Amino acid sequence: MNLKRVLTVTKKEFIHIRRDKASMILALVAPVMMLLLFGFAVSTDVNDIRLAVCDQSNTMESRELIRSYENSAYFKVYTMTDNPQNAEKMIAAGNVKAALLIPTDFAKGLRRGEKEEVQILVDGSDPSIARTAANYAVMISNGYSLKVSSVKLMNTAAALNKSPGVDARAMIMYNPTLESSKFNVPGVVGLILQNITVILTAFAMVREREKGTIEQLIMTPVSSLELIVGKLIPYVFIGIYDYAIVLLLSYILFGVAIKGSILLLTLLGIIFLIGALAMGMLISTFAKTQLQAMQASLLVLLPSVLLSGFMFPREAMPKVVYAISTILPVTHFLIILRGIILKGVGISYLYKTATVLLALIIAIIAITVKKFTKKLD
Amino acid sequence: MEFAIEINNLSKKFGSFTAVNNISFSIPKGKIFGFLGPNGSGKSTTIRMLCGVITPTSGEGRVLGFDLYKNTEQIKQNIGYMSQRFGLYEDLTVNENIDFYGSIYLLAKEEMNERKKQLIEIAGLVGKEKSLAGTLSGGMKQKLALCCALIHQPQLLVLDEPTAGVDPVSRREFWKVITQLTATGITVLVTTHYMDEASICDIIGFIYNGDLITMNTPEELFEKHHTDNLEDIFIEYVSKLSSKDAVLSFKEIRQQGKEV
Repeated sequence: MNLKRVLTVTKKEFIHIRRDKASMILALVAPVMMLLLFGFAVSTDVNDIRLAVCDQSNTMESRELIRSYENSAYFKVYTMTDNPQNAEKMIAAGNVKAALLIPTDFAKGLRRGEKEEVQILVDGSDPSIARTAANYAVMISNGYSLKVSSVKLMNTAAALNKSPGVDARAMIMYNPTLESSKFNVPGVVGLILQNITVILTAFAMVREREKGTIEQLIMTPVSSLELIVGKLIPYVFIGIYDYAIVLLLSYILFGVAIKGSILLLTLLGIIFLIGALAMGMLISTFAKTQLQAMQASLLVLLPSVLLSGFMFPREAMPKVVYAISTILPVTHFLIILRGIILKGVGISYLYKTATVLLALIIAIIAITVKKFTKKLD
Repeated sequence: MEFAIEINNLSKKFGSFTAVNNISFSIPKGKIFGFLGPNGSGKSTTIRMLCGVITPTSGEGRVLGFDLYKNTEQIKQNIGYMSQRFGLYEDLTVNENIDFYGSIYLLAKEEMNERKKQLIEIAGLVGKEKSLAGTLSGGMKQKLALCCALIHQPQLLVLDEPTAGVDPVSRREFWKVITQLTATGITVLVTTHYMDEASICDIIGFIYNGDLITMNTPEELFEKHHTDNLEDIFIEYVSKLSSKDAVLSFKEIRQQGKEV
């Protein structure tokens, strides 16, 4: 391998990237856009659910219950109505996502020391909002009833803390406020590192074939190894730039700081990047044109977004889908990213995942090398 | 006599398919060798073997004194190749294209710049150095491709249908440059489907279905076939070998068309 030839190819590749607007945007701007998109817009946090309230009791007790909904930040009282049917209509029209129906004799029962029922209607057409809304509503109502009963018990002079029962206190670790950006943003690092590298590499390789320049190159003394290494170098730089800029912006915009070792993260990131380069090259062995390369890239990228655990928990997936998600390197890299960035864990916790990632990447490289040598013959 | 190309019983098989079957010829240095044959006859495979890109199945050969099996790197270093697809990077300028190929051949900077200046002058690309290759006309692209193929001063220039899709004026200009080059001692191997171009060659080889059918000077071919039209000779060979007797002359085709 001659270094001058390698660098000649690298220089040429940089000129290609510099003069191709689409490549430049993909390499430099797309990572920032993806980060902003997934950080801000894609949020599974459910706040300010619009609530219709039908208070038929209209007592101090009912108003107190309503206030505890309002104070929760999960709900926002959108409208008050006297008619339960109106509340249903508003859900149907999409004006509100939930409705709280308080019956007429709500306060009377409570005053007698009986358990009273309130009804919560939730719009189930969006399951993730519905599930959260229902859970929060139950939680708030339980909290309220606990308060009422403790007042009652105090009045009867019985000490609350002596009453038997199980008090489960959940402590949410690593992301105590349960912000979805904290969960999404580390994942974006992995997706950007993979997707942009795969597309750009596949394109760069296929372009030589599509334009016929490869025919010329094989007649020159440049070896295929020199050509491949020379062509890949710019994408290593772009990958590292994307990685750095996304981590930096995650910190500035979303307050996502790396709790663990940056060195370990970068090391594993580079291994992952090498895997992505190999994947791009593998695609280029199948694709004859840039269009085909784009389609083939989507075939890799879509599962990476949907199945990797980036958006949806893998635990809930059917077995076959789960198995597919296991062979995606990005799945394992996401575990590493979240482990190091959010939990601050080190290699002693991650060595299993890192080993699987390494094995997958070695497999991809092996397949790519085999495909390539076959092609050149 | 010194030979630029010497091959003996050269064959190339792809599985059970014989692309090139036992061909032998020798081309003296400084000559233009026209390699003719219909599409798929084995021209490109022969060229690829001569350029050291694919290994022959059997037979032996030397290009510029280098062995086709053992010295492929030296062969590549000493030949220039240009094909109908030109192999240019359209988003690189004229200068950048030439520099790229020059660096691939590991030329020293001063040597390369001097050579580049000469070539750009010969090719008539002066003033276009900073233009993107993609913005050049077909004829200019062809000349730029020739510059790229010649930057490392090869002793053998291989031209694979270099003038396909180029206008007649550019074609003649191109051939003028080529004949000038041979005066400096460079050997040229060219494939073409234009018979007027073939008649410029010093030696003509005709290949069909992997077999070398004939190898002669144009003058001897004219004498043997009692015509000075190479195209007719070409078609005569094809119809004789493929029993495709339906290949008419253009005149006859036009006549028939009018009758219908």
